[in-house]
Amino acid sequence: MSESERKDTPEQAEFRAHCRDWLRDNHPGEPPVRLPQSAIEIMTEPQLHWLQAWQKAAYDAGLVGCDYPEAVGGGGRTDCQRVANEEMLAARTPFLPNVIGLGMAAPTIFYHAQEPLKERLLPRLLSGEDIWCQGFSEPGAGSDLASVQTFAERRGDRWVINGHKVWTSLAHFAEWMILLLRTDKSHKYDGLSYFVVPIRSALGKGVTVRPLIKITGETGFNEVIFEDLEVDDSYRLDELGKGWQVAMTTLLHERGGGELVTPRSGGLTSKTSFSPTARNLRTLAQETPRGGGTAADDPLLRDRIVRQFIREEALQQNQRRSRVPALQDHPMRLQLQYKLLISELAQDTARLGLEVAGPASTLYLADEHAPTGGQWPLAYMNSYGMTIAAGTSEIQRNILGERVLGLAKSK
Amino acid sequence: MTQPTNFGFGDECALLKDSARKFFAEHLPVDRLHALVAAHPDPEAPSGAPWRDDLWPAMVELGWTALAIPESAGGLGLPAVAVAGLMEEHGRAAFPGPLAATLATSYVLAAADSGTAALEEVAAGRSATLAFANAAGSWHAGDSPVSARGGRLSGTACFVQEPRKAERLLVAAQDEGGLGLYWIASDAAGVTVAPDTIVDLTRDQGRVSFEEAVAEPVGRNGLAAFHAAMPALWTLLAADMVGAGEWQLQTTVEYAQARKQFDRPLGFFQAVKHQLVDVMTRVDESKSLLYNAACALDHEPEKALQLAHMAKASASDMAAFASGRSVQCHGGIGFTWECYVHLYFKRQKHSEVLWGDGAWHRARLADILLGEVA
Ligand SMILES: Cc1cc2nc3c(=O)[nH]c(=O)nc-3n(C[C@H](O)[C@H](O)[C@H](O)COP(=O)(O)OP(=O)(O)OC[C@H]3O[C@@H](n4cnc5c(N)ncnc54)[C@H](O)[C@@H]3O)c2cc1C
Repeated sequence: MSESERKDTPEQAEFRAHCRDWLRDNHPGEPPVRLPQSAIEIMTEPQLHWLQAWQKAAYDAGLVGCDYPEAVGGGGRTDCQRVANEEMLAARTPFLPNVIGLGMAAPTIFYHAQEPLKERLLPRLLSGEDIWCQGFSEPGAGSDLASVQTFAERRGDRWVINGHKVWTSLAHFAEWMILLLRTDKSHKYDGLSYFVVPIRSALGKGVTVRPLIKITGETGFNEVIFEDLEVDDSYRLDELGKGWQVAMTTLLHERGGGELVTPRSGGLTSKTSFSPTARNLRTLAQETPRGGGTAADDPLLRDRIVRQFIREEALQQNQRRSRVPALQDHPMRLQLQYKLLISELAQDTARLGLEVAGPASTLYLADEHAPTGGQWPLAYMNSYGMTIAAGTSEIQRNILGERVLGLAKSK
Repeated sequence: MTQPTNFGFGDECALLKDSARKFFAEHLPVDRLHALVAAHPDPEAPSGAPWRDDLWPAMVELGWTALAIPESAGGLGLPAVAVAGLMEEHGRAAFPGPLAATLATSYVLAAADSGTAALEEVAAGRSATLAFANAAGSWHAGDSPVSARGGRLSGTACFVQEPRKAERLLVAAQDEGGLGLYWIASDAAGVTVAPDTIVDLTRDQGRVSFEEAVAEPVGRNGLAAFHAAMPALWTLLAADMVGAGEWQLQTTVEYAQARKQFDRPLGFFQAVKHQLVDVMTRVDESKSLLYNAACALDHEPEKALQLAHMAKASASDMAAFASGRSVQCHGGIGFTWECYVHLYFKRQKHSEVLWGDGAWHRARLADILLGEVA
């Protein structure tokens, strides 16, 4: 029996058995293409389609979106997504490609959209047929998100949108975007409103998506330009001027602190998928010649590799403890640390991977001599995406200091 | 074996932790602790090791010395997470008594082959401590500098914790059969306690010399007993450090809220705010690893060694970091004797090295996780 099974409700226990049965027979196996390290690095149609097929299959089997009501395409279950996630991770599955849809757009739509819009958008979002993207950041608005300038002007019951979004992950594949914009220039926060807008169907008709090349050389994020894009007022979420509050729902779920558990699969270990973990670091060290032996014999490296094992274990145990109220002083304290700690841990592990690999860490993806296929330098560079996106580490520390420790707001 | 999701920390444990917190807050709040242990600042003076021995009967009455002792030996047989909860509060209060030493001793006795009578004494309230380290500070009991011939001890054990507060000593001694365990009163004939002068004002430490001291043998395989008990010892010490770390965090946060410079509370400045957040995340990591290790002692003993090494390694580094930041963020007042912060700073520095510092535990972990180097 696994740790969490002991507390399963009858519904969860039955559902867990279903997940296991299904996963045993329906694991998609080895991917036909090299997969990127995460969904926001998906570059090619073959990668996307293979991953979309996985999400659709998992959705059809009831493993994705199970806590959403049936009316909006969900499974109508209670607290079962956690169970599905545990089983999908344990079965070492590929990740779900529609990350922004599942993690941010879906809960935001669920809590803030009118019923007909939910019924229209959520089924294809949960199944992964419609990829979603998030249009928050702009050239002038990053950490200070409320300063966005993209503007929607009212014309009857339609809106005309003009503006410029940047770093928009997955926009090149997205049907839809969640869009934070301004409907009133005289109030910073209360002048914001929140829309869902069709992107793909409007390409060339008011929407331009241009790829931005990442530090790694990969594509994956984009800039999106709106020039007189017309959308219907029915695409607005919540009231006019309530965009900031709606955006808080998005960010809360993005940071893992929301009510609805985000569907998550992953853990696929194969030649085509990689993440910078302590175990992978150990393997690298044991395979890297150093002196007469291997890098795993070097006392300094041993100490530092062990530190990564300890931090990984600590993070897992933080999650376990976050579900034990008697062992916490503040309800949000552990949850709000997760993003900061996991991103900095991955960064430090990847950086250490480079040190362990030594001179061979200079070799990149296409070099036949590169250790682990050049994945370590790729992971190290990609790790900065994690410490910057979704609120930088500095912003996370502000949030923790202010909301959890009660220190004065820095602004 | 698998572990329960909630670390096995049930209502009983929560209740114990809560009552411990109240007990320490009522009987020895930090201002009275300071008045007790830091009354006479003098760096050249020998350590006096004052404590509130008048509180000991109440602590015994609450069952604290019996917590980790099996019911068969007159104890309460509570899980290690209960001990962890108590010790967390003990550390938060920087309590200066022999409780930790006594609990540690009870773990070794419980692993000894004939420790039952001694355990019954401890369960009934006898305080005790361990004597096994040599002058080089080896925490490997097999290196004990004490020897025994015909039940008579000789030699000098070093880095003995709370030697003036504990009534009994559990001594690891080289004898005819290997490493034996011996039980002796700390004021018995042939036993001399020479207190160390230590930095930590909330603890006592010393050298204990034995000259043909007659002791009772309580275990033949001392090595195995120590080996079995060490994970529990590291865990209980880590718990004390986590509690002390939380005190350091909360106290420094309160100061950063109250103290103003440049017309702002200190905590407004990110150079201060972010450091305090880093203290918090490290305290939390150590706390999670602590309950993980404590839970494993009862539910996954085959992993207890590894997880206890992790808990103590993490606690040691956290303690060093939290201590440094607590003084730095208090500024000048943090550098004074009158500010309570130094009590915890010193206690944490002591705990950091006791029974192995971070690097020592990581070296052991490396052997487990990466294999030993030929
Ligand atoms: C891989 C990746 C994917 C992304 N995907 C999306 C997406 O899909 N949709 C989207 O809308 N956005 C996306 N972003 C954008 C991301 O949310 C922003 O980059 C992020 O919020 C930071 O904003 P910025 O880039 O303007 O940096 P800035 O806000 O200009 O920050 C620059 C530096 O200053 C620091 N700083 C700024 N303000 C403060 C402060 N108050 N206190 C202390 N330090 C501060 C920051 O921490 C950072 O180190 C993505 C970014 C990355 C890297």
